[in-house]
Parts: sequence; structure tokens; C-alpha cells
Amino acid sequence: MAVATEQEILDGLAAIIDEIVGIDKSEVTPEKNFIDDLDIDSLSMVEIAVAAQDQFGVEIPDDELRNLKTVKDVINFVQNLQQQG
Amino acid sequence: MSNSPTTVVVTGLGATTPLGGDVPSTWSALLAGESGVRNLDWEGVEELPVRFAAQLKVDPAESIPRPQLRRLDRNQAIALIAAREAWADAGYAPPAAKKGRKAAEEAAAAPEGATVDGDRLGVVLSSGIGGLHTALNSYDVFREKGWSRVSPFTVPMLMPNGASGHVGIEFGAMAGSHALVSACASSGEAVGYAIDMIRAGRADVVICGGTESCIHPLQMASFGAMRAMSTRNDEPERASRPYDKNRDGFVLGEGAAVMILESEEHARARGARIHAIAAGAGYSGDAYDIVLPDPSGGGQAKAMRRALTDAGLRPEEIVHVNAHATSTPAGDVPELNSIKAALGEDAAARINVTATKSMTGHLLGGAGALESVITILTLREGLVPATANLEDLDDEVDLDIVRGEPRKLPDGPLAALNNSFGFGGHNVSVAFRRAV
Repeated sequence: MAVATEQEILDGLAAIIDEIVGIDKSEVTPEKNFIDDLDIDSLSMVEIAVAAQDQFGVEIPDDELRNLKTVKDVINFVQNLQQQG
Repeated sequence: MSNSPTTVVVTGLGATTPLGGDVPSTWSALLAGESGVRNLDWEGVEELPVRFAAQLKVDPAESIPRPQLRRLDRNQAIALIAAREAWADAGYAPPAAKKGRKAAEEAAAAPEGATVDGDRLGVVLSSGIGGLHTALNSYDVFREKGWSRVSPFTVPMLMPNGASGHVGIEFGAMAGSHALVSACASSGEAVGYAIDMIRAGRADVVICGGTESCIHPLQMASFGAMRAMSTRNDEPERASRPYDKNRDGFVLGEGAAVMILESEEHARARGARIHAIAAGAGYSGDAYDIVLPDPSGGGQAKAMRRALTDAGLRPEEIVHVNAHATSTPAGDVPELNSIKAALGEDAAARINVTATKSMTGHLLGGAGALESVITILTLREGLVPATANLEDLDDEVDLDIVRGEPRKLPDGPLAALNNSFGFGGHNVSVAFRRAV
């Protein structure tokens, strides 16, 4: 799979977050913390992670998910895996 | 008079039903004699013994945003819709957000007198079946895609107390949140339990009612296998016909109905409009059969007599009964005999009876609450909706069934009963008085 750009991952993630928790895409910016800034609860994060795995073709293990606190963390995690893949 | 000095009043009504998305549209459809029963348009419906049901008139997606709807079973979504209508109807302000950054500012903005102390607010919201759609759809996802694709919200969506939990969260109810599960008696019992919560001093205000949404192929097959449902597939809108000679079973319905119950003191202090007095409730168990009602009607009569005692009412004060009457050959007439046994022949000869399931279908765990709302409106408006589809009265019917046109009730203080009976032998009768 081709490596996605930061903007492509951001756009994809924002669309998933809009679909699952109804937060407007413009709110989803790299520095945002999922819990503190976006009010996303842990069960919704599980749903978002599953959707992100499908969209970006990467595995996000549960113990990694705990470390993904900001939008930028997810972008970096996906890019790293895609580069390795 | 009741043993307790606390009078419980009804200050808010809400519903979403096969006849309308709210109480006013449902009520006007009932008075017009409309049917909420329609053909099902599912793929493969021709394989089913029954191909019609009373589905919601208004899709919950019209008022609940998609992201919230994703984590609510349909029975929970419609309970929230009915609860919001009842809450607003009672004159309370919309609830502030409970979580997140906006919570504090929204909480501070509510007008005085339009909020309730959360520790004095309770919820009793029943479902007979719970999240059947969620359970079955999630199992399909599991089999097709594996466990990791099952929604993490599956458990709270399928549990039958989910609606009670969601309503409690939305309105900040911390006096207690309960879900009585007694099949088709569930939400009649919810009203009774709510009355008792207020009488016992556990709450000043209780959001109570019932919800059901289980019109799924499995449910059509299961009730079909019991031979419990009407199979009048060529005339679905005429299938629910309580007391008619040609009735052949009940029609499955979906919907939710919610009432705001309040101590009279609390309601008067804030100048609330009072729809009716929730006078009391009576219960019994048949201890006879898991699905068949005790044919002697003894259990049903006990529930009605206990409701009168609990409400401090004499049989002669009852003018009207909203019957359980589901349009089954076996159930409708024995209930009338139970009414005679409970009230006595003389008092029973003076009442009128209606069966509104002829229009709404049978909401199972939502039935008691919807028919309580209808009974309250009947007393308030002085108009009894007529039993629809009653063309050829069963020869064994010897009470006054309202048919044809709505019937006017006399002015002045009146009282009525609403019966609900459920599989398992659960009997409940709720008594309401007109507010004067």
C-alpha cells in the first residue's frame, strides 16, 4: 500500500471521527487531544481505531491505542507502519 | 383515601407511536380512528406467516443525529424522543450537557424553576424485550467479520435497562434509575413503581414509561410460531380488531411513551399544568401458565381490585377502562369478565371500555405506558377513542365497548383504569383520576 501523506491521513481520520462521534471535520487538527479536546470516550476510540485500521491498512493493537493521545500521534503511527510495510 | 398523604400528579406526556411522532398527532389519529398498521417491505417477507406490523410513523433519525443514533438501540432512541417531549411538556428546561467543556456554562444558564434537583429525580423506564435488533445484527457482524468488528456499544445497546440508563443520563436523574421487565405488563408496572417512589419520598419527580422496538423477522417468526398474531395479510389495517367475532390474534407494534410524574406539592409549587392524578396501581401474579392467562380471570380481577384499594377509589367512581384487549380470540372476553368480577356487575354495567391496540398495535413493553397516556388524555379531554375495526361484536361481550365514534365523558371528577397483562402471568392495573 502506498504511504499516505499527513494531509491524507488527517482528512481520512477527520471523516471517521465525523461519522462515528459527529465532530465537525474542521475541529480535527493535529494538536488536538482525543479525550481533553474532542471529548471522545474510550469506547468510541475503539470504534475509531477499528475504522482507521480498515481505512489505512494497518494494525493498531490495544496497548498501542492507549498511547495515541492526539490526532498527530495517530498520523505518525500510521505513517511509520506504512513506511515499514 | 390512600394510605399515603402524598398525591402524585402527571405533568408531562410524550410518545412516538405508529400513529404519530408525538402525543398530539397520536391523539388526533386515535380520535379519527386511524390505523398504524402497515405492510412490511422487507426482503424475504413472503417467507413469514405475518407480513405486517405497526411500525413507527416517524423515523427516530429525524430528531436524533446519526452519531448518537449509532450507539442507541432503536428502543432506546425512541425512549429518549418520548422522554424529551414529556420533559418539555412538563415545563422543564432542556437538560444541560453532562460532560465536556460546555457542561458548566450550560448548567448555569437554565432558568429558575425549570430544573429539578438531580437527587430528587428518578427514572422508571421499561422494555419487555430490550435491544433485539442490536443483539441479532451484532451476531450477524460477528459471524461475517469476527469479534473485533462488533460495536463496543453492543452490550449497553442490547440490555433491556439501556433506555432507562440513557434517559437517566440525559436528564441527570440520581434518585434511582430502574427498568421493570414483565413482558407486556412492563410499563404499566413502571407507572406504578414511579408512583411508589414519590409516595415513599425517594423522589419528587419521576420520568416513567416504556419502550419497545422488536419488529424483526425473528420476532415475526417467533410470535407466528406461537400462533399468537393475526395473519390477516390481505387487510393489515383491519387486522387488530379486539372484541370482533373475526379477530384472529394481535398485531405487533413499536413505540415509546413517557410520563412525568410529580408530587402534587412539587408540581403546585412551580405552577405546573396537571394533566391528571396518577391515583394508584394494583398488581398480581397468575401463577398459572407462562403464556396463557388464568382463564378464571382471578389474577386480573385481583390486580384491578388492588388498584382501586391503592388509589382509594370505589368501583362506582370508575367510568372507563382502557383494556389490555390485544385482539386474540382467547384474551379479550376473559378480561371483560375480570372487570365485572373486580368492579361488581352493577358498577361494570355503567362503565365504557375501549381497546386502542386496534389502532396502535401491541407495543408489548411499551403498551402500558402508551395506554396510560391515552387514558390520561381520555380523562382530560373527556373523550374516549373508539375501538377500531369492531364490525361484528363477539356474542360473549356484555360490557359497553366504545365503537364507531369517540364517546364523550361526563364533566366532573372521574376515574379510569388502564390494564396490562404480560406473558409470565404479570397483571397490572393503573388508576388515574381527572384533575379538578
